[in-house]
Order: sequence, then C-alpha cells, then structure tokens
Amino acid sequence: MSLAVRVIPCLDVDNGRVVKGVNFVDLRDAGDPVELARAYGQAGADELIFLDITASSSGRQTTYDMVKRAADEIFIPLTVGGGVRTVEDVDQLLRCGADKVGINTAALTNPELLNEASKRFGNQCIVLSVDVRRAQTSASGFEATTHGGRQSSGKDAVAWIVEATQRGVGEILLNSMDADGTRQGFDLELITAVRKVCDVPLIASGGAGKVSDFAPAVAAGADAVLAASVFHFGQMSIAEVKADLAEHGITVR
Amino acid sequence: MTNVVVLDYGSGNLRSAAKALETTGVAVEVTSDFDQAINADGLVVPGVGAFAACIAGLNSVRGDQIIERRIAGGRPVLGICVGMQVLFAGSQEHAQDMHLGLDQWPDVVKALDAPVLPQMGWNTVEVPDDSQMFQGIADQRFYFVHSYAAQSWTLREDAHYRPAKVTWAEYGSRFVAAVENGPLWATQFHPEKSGDAGLALLGNWVQTL
Repeated sequence: MSLAVRVIPCLDVDNGRVVKGVNFVDLRDAGDPVELARAYGQAGADELIFLDITASSSGRQTTYDMVKRAADEIFIPLTVGGGVRTVEDVDQLLRCGADKVGINTAALTNPELLNEASKRFGNQCIVLSVDVRRAQTSASGFEATTHGGRQSSGKDAVAWIVEATQRGVGEILLNSMDADGTRQGFDLELITAVRKVCDVPLIASGGAGKVSDFAPAVAAGADAVLAASVFHFGQMSIAEVKADLAEHGITVR
Repeated sequence: MTNVVVLDYGSGNLRSAAKALETTGVAVEVTSDFDQAINADGLVVPGVGAFAACIAGLNSVRGDQIIERRIAGGRPVLGICVGMQVLFAGSQEHAQDMHLGLDQWPDVVKALDAPVLPQMGWNTVEVPDDSQMFQGIADQRFYFVHSYAAQSWTLREDAHYRPAKVTWAEYGSRFVAAVENGPLWATQFHPEKSGDAGLALLGNWVQTL
C-alpha cells in the first residue's frame, strides 16, 4: 500500500460565513464554516482548506474564532489561507488550531516571509498558495498573479515555485486562474510543468467540473486535488471522486 | 477522572491534541508545570517543526527529566511526531552533525528517501499482531506529516522486559510508524489529525492509564 491521494474541499469564508455553497445536505446552517467542515469530515474529506476572503481588518478576530471552533471539533488537517501578511499572522492562526497556513500575495511582495515562517514553525506548516495564469511573456508560459488573477506579479510561476521551495515552503497550492470556474477540468499542462521542478507536495486547484476530471490531475503529478463549488453545490460527493480515482488505480483513503 | 497533561514546551498545535484527547473522556491540561506533568495519569509529548528546536524546548521545561522519571515509575507517556523522534538517540536533521535525542531507544532519525517530501497525508501501517495501540483500527490509515523518521529498530531484547511492539509504514523508505514499549508509546503520525481512527487510538492509549 502507499500514501493516499488527498481529496480536499476548499471553503471560501467572508466574515465567518461560507460565501459559496448552499446545497450541502442536511445542514442546519449551510453558511456556517464549522458545520460544513464537520459534514465534509464525515463525508471523507482528507483535509480542509479555509480561504479567508474577509476584506476588513476588523474581521480577523472572526476568522480566528472560526478556526478555533473548527479545530476544536474536526480532527483532520486544517489549512487556513487568505490575508496572511506577517509571521505574527501565521503564529496566530497556528495557535488557533490551524495545522498549515497558506501564504499568497504577501510572499510575492516579501519573499523573505517564507524563510522566516518556515524556519520558525517548520516547513510542514507553510503552504505557498499561487494563483497562476497563462502568459506568453513568461519563460514557462505561466505567471504568478495577484488580486485573484487580475494583476501580474511580474514573476514566472514555475520559477517562483522553485524559489519558494528553496525558501522553505512545505507544500504548493497551485490555483489555475484560467481553469478556475470553467468546470472544464484542471490545467494539466500547468500541473505537469510544476511537478517537474517541485519536490514538495502539490495540491491541484481550479477547473474541476466532473468526477472524471480528478484522475488526470493526479496522473499529471498532483499529490492532492482540491475543489470548492462542485462539492458545495452537491454536484458530486467526495466519495464519488474517490471511487473514480480508485477505478483509475489511484490509492485513496 | 483520569487526567492527562499535554506538555507545553512551545511546539506546535497543542490545541488539537488536547481537544482530541478530551473526546476520550479524560480531563486534559496543557501545561509545562513539572509536578503536574510528572503526576498526571498520562503525559502526551507533542512536537512539530525542527528536531533541534524541539529538544531545546523540551530541555527548557526539564522535559527530559519528566519523561525519564515517568518511565522509571511505569507511568504512561505518549510521544507524537517529533515528540516521538526525540525519544531516539538522535537525528540527522539539518546537518551532518547529529542532534542528540533523549536516547530512550538506540536508533537514529534520518531523512526519508522519497522524491516528494514531506510525506504529507494518510498512509497505511503494518501492525504487530498483539498491538494494544491499534486494537480495532489496524486496517485504518493515519495522517503523517514529516520528512524524517527512524528507519531501524535495534532495541536489545532483555529477558526481564517484554519486547517492544513496533509498527512500520513505508514512504520511500520503510520507517517506524509507532512503538509500544511498556509505558512509553509513540506515533510518527498525528492521531489527533487522523479522524475517527486517530481518536480510537487515543482511546486505546487512555485505556492503559
């Protein structure tokens, strides 16, 4: 037997409320991230990611409280990303019970943050989240973006991922902004290009639309597959995704 | 009520370990208090991050003495992740020079030989037949996050003591996934993050307290 490929639902959270997703069965409050997280845990999720999109700085405390409540009740790994700017932000989230913290924009503007955070807390809990879009101007054909894919960071995505792993991150959350929301499948060329240079675990994100989209992402090199709306809206279950992966000879839990 | 101390020496996510233990019906205290840690029915030694930092943190709360005295008195200790690694003679993490461990067990913690590190995710385990730790859950997967592990087990078997029960797993290399050695138990994986199987394992440990 071997290590199982992880299937990970991602919850977008704004001011302590889940913003996408209302169709999950039998929830009293489908907007409550903790209740949704618990349901996903029971449904076989291998891990959970909370992406905090709260704009106001006053909303941070709400986020911390939510992470605490989730970590107190859900005994599978929990990654929290969104708005993480400093080593203190990382510390705060870990103290609330997050197992891993995702860093995105702040790492692009201050790459040293990755060194500091992974040195202080261990590389196993620092995740580089990178929003990638295709760009002819980049050497690899892919660039890292900010502002949810709307602005170029000026960095080649593949080179940035190599740099980030050298700086100590322990995992890559690879979001394809081109594929995101299309439900046309993962960007397999992107996953392949990153896998070639990446020796830390790789989570593929963006584009899942049907059950059969996941196995090709794993074949392209993903260690874990992430989806949001297709799970939240009940289009498919974690169990269905795992059954299809297993049919393709991929080890799942 | 059975009480458990989670040793607080500045390492990692102690909250999850404490909450997971509470689901087994014990009273849990997260503390670095020397007497409390020695006198508790059970002691959990967690640990994430760098080996050397964990050893330094443990020493700063006299964790080495706490563990030593508890073991001498037959009082249960459960090491988790780096909290397990520190029980070995040392670790080759981060340098050619060895970081020294607590030397409860003679082997050395070494880097796993795998193309993707850390190992991050749910893996199977090879459990010895008479395991108490894995009773009822030997066929389950557990959540691992680590790049280093003990990859040999050479504790001398002595006629006076029962031999240790060693559970193995594989990721690139074959490594020690868990140990049951009298009152000293440890897991390389995170039971507090291994869902229902992990909670059941903690329950099995609590049964021994």
